[in-house]
Amino acid sequence: MNWLIDFFGNPDNWSGPDGIPVRLLQHVEFSVLAFLIAALIALPLGLWVGHTGRGAVLVVLSANAARALPTLGLLVLVVLLIGVGTIWPVLIPLVALAIPPILVNTYEGVRGVDRDLRDAAYGMGLRGRQVLFRALVPVALPLILLGLRLAAIQVVATATVAAYVGLGGLGRYIIDGLATKDYPSVFGGAVLVVLLALAVQFGFALLNRVVVSPGVRQVR
Amino acid sequence: MITFDGVTKRYADGTVAVDNLSLEAASGTITVFVGPSGCGKTTSLRMINRMIDATQGRILLDGQDVKQIEPSTLRRGIGYVIQQAGLFPHRRIVDNIATVPYLLGWDRKKARARAMELLERVGLDAKLARRYPFQLSGGQQQRVGVARALAADPPVLLMDEPFSAVDPIVRMSLQEELLRLQSELHKTIVFVTHDIDEAVKLGDTVAVFRVGGHLAQFSDPATLLSEPADDFVREFLGRDRGIRRLSFIPAAGVELSPPPPELVLEDGKPVGWKSDDGLQPYGSFNPGTDSLRAALDASLLSANGIAVAVDGDGKVLGVLAREALDGAISGGPGAARG
Repeated sequence: MNWLIDFFGNPDNWSGPDGIPVRLLQHVEFSVLAFLIAALIALPLGLWVGHTGRGAVLVVLSANAARALPTLGLLVLVVLLIGVGTIWPVLIPLVALAIPPILVNTYEGVRGVDRDLRDAAYGMGLRGRQVLFRALVPVALPLILLGLRLAAIQVVATATVAAYVGLGGLGRYIIDGLATKDYPSVFGGAVLVVLLALAVQFGFALLNRVVVSPGVRQVR
Repeated sequence: MITFDGVTKRYADGTVAVDNLSLEAASGTITVFVGPSGCGKTTSLRMINRMIDATQGRILLDGQDVKQIEPSTLRRGIGYVIQQAGLFPHRRIVDNIATVPYLLGWDRKKARARAMELLERVGLDAKLARRYPFQLSGGQQQRVGVARALAADPPVLLMDEPFSAVDPIVRMSLQEELLRLQSELHKTIVFVTHDIDEAVKLGDTVAVFRVGGHLAQFSDPATLLSEPADDFVREFLGRDRGIRRLSFIPAAGVELSPPPPELVLEDGKPVGWKSDDGLQPYGSFNPGTDSLRAALDASLLSANGIAVAVDGDGKVLGVLAREALDGAISGGPGAARG
């Protein structure tokens, strides 16, 4: 508790390039960027594979393989390959981290929609894309959102690794703090990351209420 | 009219689902495809709206080969009802019914007004319109499925075991509702079922399929019951064929006798049979609307075997003695055969 007061009570921690607002903003920046890139890749791919059934095995296998990638190892690898100074060493591992949950949940969500519903949709005269966006996606939406939420939380929690390669973000408090044995800073940084993850969780719960039809929400 | 002209469906593994099927489903009538599972009845139905494409032969819709029509365009012009209703769970009932009108680009207001009209037409309360499918019972969902199929007023309706998943009482009311709707709408309906009783009840014409996609018999229900084409059809029709056949013979022709003094009346309506042990039960039928099956039933329900004929208001017209009933039954069409 004292550590918390030391950290959050220190006015120096609230201003300047090392201040909480700047670090928080940097953290959010990496996270949002990585999340968006991952979603742009994984969502369309997941929808397509779920709808057509093509490449399903490949998706599941590569998603599992990607899950086994150590984020930190990937970070070091990218640094070795392209050096420091850009944002890529942190973006690439985060994107790789975020793709599997989005991809797998989107694919499973779409694929898992009741066969009768799919049949009825085609039977009514909906075309392929109409079947996907008017019938399958609305019904699969809770699962798709779950995938996005898991990815977002993992990204926010893992974006601390940016500090390893001299980039900003909340990881700086933790990594720099460990180096200088400044435990209030380590603890404060960790608390901020947790709060951010909770905010993401809350944001998705809200989104779920807004975009998922009550007719689908009730069933699950 | 829907014409099957030498239609065969053969799958890549060599399985033949439908074998050289030729038949005609007349406009404005209900044609029932019935048979055991694996007989190709559903495949045949789904080839009409090209959910499955035939391998050989042609299916003509009022003379036009369905293969010449782009599938989704074809399907928007054909009502389609499936077993589990297949409603869109994320849409309200009113929007479910308006699915095809929306696809056809109708104005939203007009589509919804049409949906409300159909909701009422299939016997559902207007306040269900704002609900979601999960809030409705199975029977209600099935009615919505029928309303959705009718929304754009297609001339043809395909129904794939639509009433199989509901309990017998609901099924019966749905069947009666369908017959009532059909008497108003005169659609060309193709109806698939594995239930021969349903087939006989609903069909103007019944096509009995046998495993392997062969058409075993194609005739009106009365002929089907009295003259099954072969042992397979006879067995499939099951027991009670003789009694069920009576459902198709109107009781209008029976010979009535004047009511005897033992029949106790009140305001011209029967109350019971007088006897030493007090009033005995009676059975009644209406020769104007009922079949010989109802007359026989009335006779069996009567303590003395005499069926009471009544008019639409329940007033006695006369009585039907066993002998006269026997005469009517054995004199009925096809009675001597089968």
